[in-house]
Amino acid sequence: MSNSVHVYDARADHATVNAQSPLAYSFQRSGMPAPGEEGRAVVGERAFLGHLILRGGAIVLDEALREVLGIGLPGRPNSLTVDADGQRSVQWLSPDEWLLIVPGDETFGLETRLRAHLGGSHVAIVDVSAGQTLIELTGEAAHGVLMKSTVYDVDPHAFTVGKGVTTIFAKTSVILRRPDESRWELIVRRSFADYVYRWLLDAGEEYGIGVARESRHESQ
Amino acid sequence: MSQSALQPNRLAQGGQIDRTHALTFTFNGRSYTGHPGDTLASALLANGVDLVNRSFKYSRPRGIVAAGAEEPNAVVQLGATEATQVPNVRATQQALYDGLVACSTNGWPDAQRDIMRWVGKLGSPFMPPGFYYKTFMAPASMWMTYEKYIRKTAGLGRSPTQPDPDIYDHMHRHCDLLVVGAGPAGLSAALAAARAGARVILADEQEAMGGSLLDTRETLDDQPAAQWLKTTLAALVEHDNVTLLPRTTAHGYHDHHFVTLHERRTEHLGDSAPSQAGHRQSRSRLHRVRAGQVILATGAHERPLVYANNDVPGNLLAGAVSTYIRRYGVVPGQKLVLSTSNDHAYRAALDWQEAGREVAAIVDARTAPEGDLVAQAKAAGIRVITGSAVIEAKGAQRVSAARVAAIDVDAFTVTGKVETLECDTIASSGGYSPVIHLASHTGARPVWSDDIIGFVPTTVAGVTATGGAHGVYPLGEVLADGVEAGVNAATALGFAATVNDADLPRVAPRHEGPACALFQVPHEKATLRAPKQFVDLQNDVTAGAIEVATLEGFESIEHVKRYTAMGFGTDQGKLGNINGMAVAARCLGQSIPETGTTVFRPNYTPVTFGAVVGRHCRELFDPERYTPMQAWHVAQGAEFEDVGQWKRPWYYPQKRRTSEGEGLETMAEAVARECRAVREGVGILDASTLGKIDIQGADAREFLGRIYTNKWQKLAPGRVRYGLMCGDDGMVMDDGTTSCLAENHFLMTTTTGNAAPVLEWLELWHQTEWPELEVYFNSVTDHWATMTVTGPEARKLLTELTDIDLDREAFKFMDWREGHVAGVPARVFRISFTGELAFEINVQAHYAMHVWEALFAHGDKYNLTPYGTETMHVLRAEKGFIIVGQDTDGSVTPEDLGMYWAIGYDKPFPWVGKRALTRSDTRREGRKHLVGLKPKDASVVLEEGAPIVFDPKHAIPMPMAGHVTSSYYSPTLESGFALAVVKGGHQRLGESVYLPMADGRVHEAEIVGTQFVDPKGERQHV
Amino acid sequence: MFHIYCPYCEELREEEEFHPKGQAHIARPEEPDACSDEEWGDYLFFRDNPRGIHHEMWLHAVGCRKFFNITRNTVSYEILETYKMGEQPTVGAEHLAREEKTAREGKTDSVQVAEGGQQTVGASDAAQASVKGA
Ligand SMILES: [Zn+2]
Repeated sequence: MSNSVHVYDARADHATVNAQSPLAYSFQRSGMPAPGEEGRAVVGERAFLGHLILRGGAIVLDEALREVLGIGLPGRPNSLTVDADGQRSVQWLSPDEWLLIVPGDETFGLETRLRAHLGGSHVAIVDVSAGQTLIELTGEAAHGVLMKSTVYDVDPHAFTVGKGVTTIFAKTSVILRRPDESRWELIVRRSFADYVYRWLLDAGEEYGIGVARESRHESQ
Repeated sequence: MSQSALQPNRLAQGGQIDRTHALTFTFNGRSYTGHPGDTLASALLANGVDLVNRSFKYSRPRGIVAAGAEEPNAVVQLGATEATQVPNVRATQQALYDGLVACSTNGWPDAQRDIMRWVGKLGSPFMPPGFYYKTFMAPASMWMTYEKYIRKTAGLGRSPTQPDPDIYDHMHRHCDLLVVGAGPAGLSAALAAARAGARVILADEQEAMGGSLLDTRETLDDQPAAQWLKTTLAALVEHDNVTLLPRTTAHGYHDHHFVTLHERRTEHLGDSAPSQAGHRQSRSRLHRVRAGQVILATGAHERPLVYANNDVPGNLLAGAVSTYIRRYGVVPGQKLVLSTSNDHAYRAALDWQEAGREVAAIVDARTAPEGDLVAQAKAAGIRVITGSAVIEAKGAQRVSAARVAAIDVDAFTVTGKVETLECDTIASSGGYSPVIHLASHTGARPVWSDDIIGFVPTTVAGVTATGGAHGVYPLGEVLADGVEAGVNAATALGFAATVNDADLPRVAPRHEGPACALFQVPHEKATLRAPKQFVDLQNDVTAGAIEVATLEGFESIEHVKRYTAMGFGTDQGKLGNINGMAVAARCLGQSIPETGTTVFRPNYTPVTFGAVVGRHCRELFDPERYTPMQAWHVAQGAEFEDVGQWKRPWYYPQKRRTSEGEGLETMAEAVARECRAVREGVGILDASTLGKIDIQGADAREFLGRIYTNKWQKLAPGRVRYGLMCGDDGMVMDDGTTSCLAENHFLMTTTTGNAAPVLEWLELWHQTEWPELEVYFNSVTDHWATMTVTGPEARKLLTELTDIDLDREAFKFMDWREGHVAGVPARVFRISFTGELAFEINVQAHYAMHVWEALFAHGDKYNLTPYGTETMHVLRAEKGFIIVGQDTDGSVTPEDLGMYWAIGYDKPFPWVGKRALTRSDTRREGRKHLVGLKPKDASVVLEEGAPIVFDPKHAIPMPMAGHVTSSYYSPTLESGFALAVVKGGHQRLGESVYLPMADGRVHEAEIVGTQFVDPKGERQHV
Repeated sequence: MFHIYCPYCEELREEEEFHPKGQAHIARPEEPDACSDEEWGDYLFFRDNPRGIHHEMWLHAVGCRKFFNITRNTVSYEILETYKMGEQPTVGAEHLAREEKTAREGKTDSVQVAEGGQQTVGASDAAQASVKGA
């Protein structure tokens, strides 16, 4: 590993440190309404995941990622690759930028191994795990909620599984993606998370939107 | 009481209303009944309400004229409560619901007894033609006088004074094909494209889809048209690639096939939106549609004829008469005279007679009308007077007779004797104008067609007008035209589609004779002496007014329009524009196309502010950005300051006891306490909002050297440096510290407000000028939370919580170290924005609250004091540290700030801003310099922004020498103090300047250096 | 509200995702210190404002964060092409002139146009001259 870049494991021990997810304050302040019986629209936070930004050339990053994680880099714009058990994903953000999401406790190890493979290549890896969070949106009315919120075409026929884009959401921006038939994922900047949460509850009200109690808070 | 007594004009049968249910509603304070399926207009006509408004300018009584969006008179104020008031609602477009309350928009005190009636009678000396034009040319003060009066008397509707109880929303839609209008053409087009597989949105503004099919006399496949309509709508519903939007008006056509639609979701259900299955629903919704192709099937508006007193209640459009009879079962009168220039309008007389009421005559301007409908009318025994027209209506509150005479259309003269026909209703038709508004919004100019006697739209690529919207009127042709448009659009979108004639319904062939071009009807008297002949009913523009305009030399139709106010307001020229142009053309002795056309602008019909705003209001008006410690700040009772979208604690008022009892500190008290804590003990600031950019790459250091004004070659890992950033114009645009994390790895901080612009700035230079540099920038602003622990006791406190060696030699000023704080991995930066010993702790935001609370748990014994942005500002200003955007304004160079130490003139690369610093303007004498100001009177806190002069005795206007940029009271100095920019300030230290205030006082202040506290900078090094 | 094809994202996106950044192909002089004050002032402050074809730089701000160029007709607002940073436009003023000529010749006499067609002036010589070498 090159020592020209400073790699730092800033993740704390969640057993001894009280970690707060980006939506913790919002759940407390705005509440967590129970989803309607039909469950037409349900939101939930998948907190404390590892979010790494990869910058560099597609070929060199693809090679390293295949080697280290066993999944390839999506080369097409606006696309998303998810690994077999759905725990790890990598998404195209721009011609030289990808978002890698993995279980939180894998983050530093992954960065270290990727750097080892990449050697002195012109790349950058940046840990942004605490700077954003992943919000899941499910239910048959999910795309109705999204139509009220984003300028992007979220018709399920147009926004197919495996697609992911950075786009406008209300008056902020999100990364919006569809990892499988039943789920939409919004990746939201931490400081905007409360606004997005309140917006989702408001926009989803007519569909009886609620919050999944069992938010998949991933433990250490 | 029988039904007919309640609703004298309601037919016993017919129409698409539900007579089994009665709905009660109130108009101008009186109660009436109607039925589901009625509009407010049809219900008013059923009840025999003739008078719905007073006209805007002349205060003349006005009745309902039309049956759709083109209605100029029946514009009402809706709402049963103050909170639910909606102005500018067309009664013709408002579905009736139980409990509806409406009143006239114009007319004060009410439409029946109007104090301005005399004005209309006297021919309005008050508002002659050109009133607006001349008034605007007059001194502005005159307009203010007129305007108040006009608004009070005419009324333009009013907005509610209480909060709207309803919610509104937006929906972003995307489709292959948007079809506007669900008449025969739109339905055919939508179905053809849907069958080909295109994603289709079909929007129609009426309560029911079907357009002209809802009241036509014609049959399709030998069945009433309603049957085909039902089948077609069912077929469209079957397609899951079709979205049907009834009650939805396409009101604006914007760039690149972006169309805004206004859907009235609950306006037909009640005063306020009812909840649905226990959930609130939006009252109306704005659809923002991006389409691949657009078909405009908006039909045509009938043109009224322009004759004397054509505004008296009882004058209606011929087509509207048919619509009221056939769709609503309402005959709006007893005895009809129809004045027409075409065959199609004959159906109004036939419908009238079939409804059991009397037709006095059909007056046809053509000398030898010969179509099938003409024959039908004659066969029905209706008197047809040819080569003639209604030249004048008689009656005041309601038509009492029609004056009919033979006319010469081309010579514009009355050629025969006048016959007076008793009647209470005059229906007129001067032909049809394609509804070209949306096509016109795209900037495409319509062209005149002599064939249809009207303007037909030209369209930009991807837009097709079909059916009546481009002048195709016979039903069979309309249906075929629609199918063709749908197929062509689908094909253009890449779908396989063909026209199959067998799919088209059979329409009984009907012969229509040619229409004649009649707009303004001649009168025995010249236009200027004849009774008023209205062209634009909503804006009270007469043919005479247009003639006056041309006499005064206004030849361009755009000027005539502005001179007369024709087509203004919510009307947008739907009924009057063509007639107005025809009058102007006649006066100018030229053809209509020579006279021009007017461009229609959005919106086609008014859109409520609620729909425009959607859910971007109240708590969701704008994003509020929070740091991870927001909950703590709120719990501590912090007052917040908006910094961009961030909410930052401004100060933390504490409880305190005074002679008046217990209360909260004032801001000044809180800030003084917070300042003292930092200077004497230890304070803590949530600085998480600072922008943070991670910079990696072999050329990161080179890049920094090019983008910052100062030098970066020698900054070693573990060290931090202050950086100043300029635009290439040499003006300061941001500052902050950048830390060297490793040889090729840096962490840049920016000001809170500039986090995004600075990242964009770095990308701009990298992507467009220096793509060869190996460097990447990524925002980590939200990833790292930052808390600044500062004050003489800061080291003692932090030592209790960290494994980092805080010894002053081991961890020097402008160093950073890594370790743990409260058990959390942390980076600590020894930098200071207060001038005191300071440690900036960065931890992952997840753990920020944990660390923050641990600091307070240990900080009690040091009286750890949270401080907000106001205290931060005071402390930094005492040290002369600038705030970019407050002490600079885009016209300040590093030299103006006296920051010569931060300018690397000898760096090898011509860094951004360098060249501009040697331009003549940046080198000139007398530029404004940043200096300190010390008021002579220590109790004075100068006003920020206050102008500075050198000579307070100078005559006004005094030459300005600069202004105050930052000013506070310093608890440390026990004095007010300020930063300011002053001409040649660096050369004027010790001199006095003066600040004349608005209240007459003049403050004197001494120009001093910018460092008020600890000028040698020793305290931050302890 | 424009619909803009991002050459990096390879699809049409809504205008709200983009920021306009002014005239394209403004190259920073290689040797600023060798520029006269006037030349430097031209580079900093002076921009074309043509009626017709205009080459503009835009940023896909809420998207891929890449700068790119657009050739746009400032009269009709039609976007004629978008291209990546470092590439050259294929559509210029002469393109529009050609199209207008075709339109004029194809015009029939059966309809009368209410007002004269648009007048178009292309990018100025200065703009052409300042186009950065590929
Ligand atoms: Zn893009």
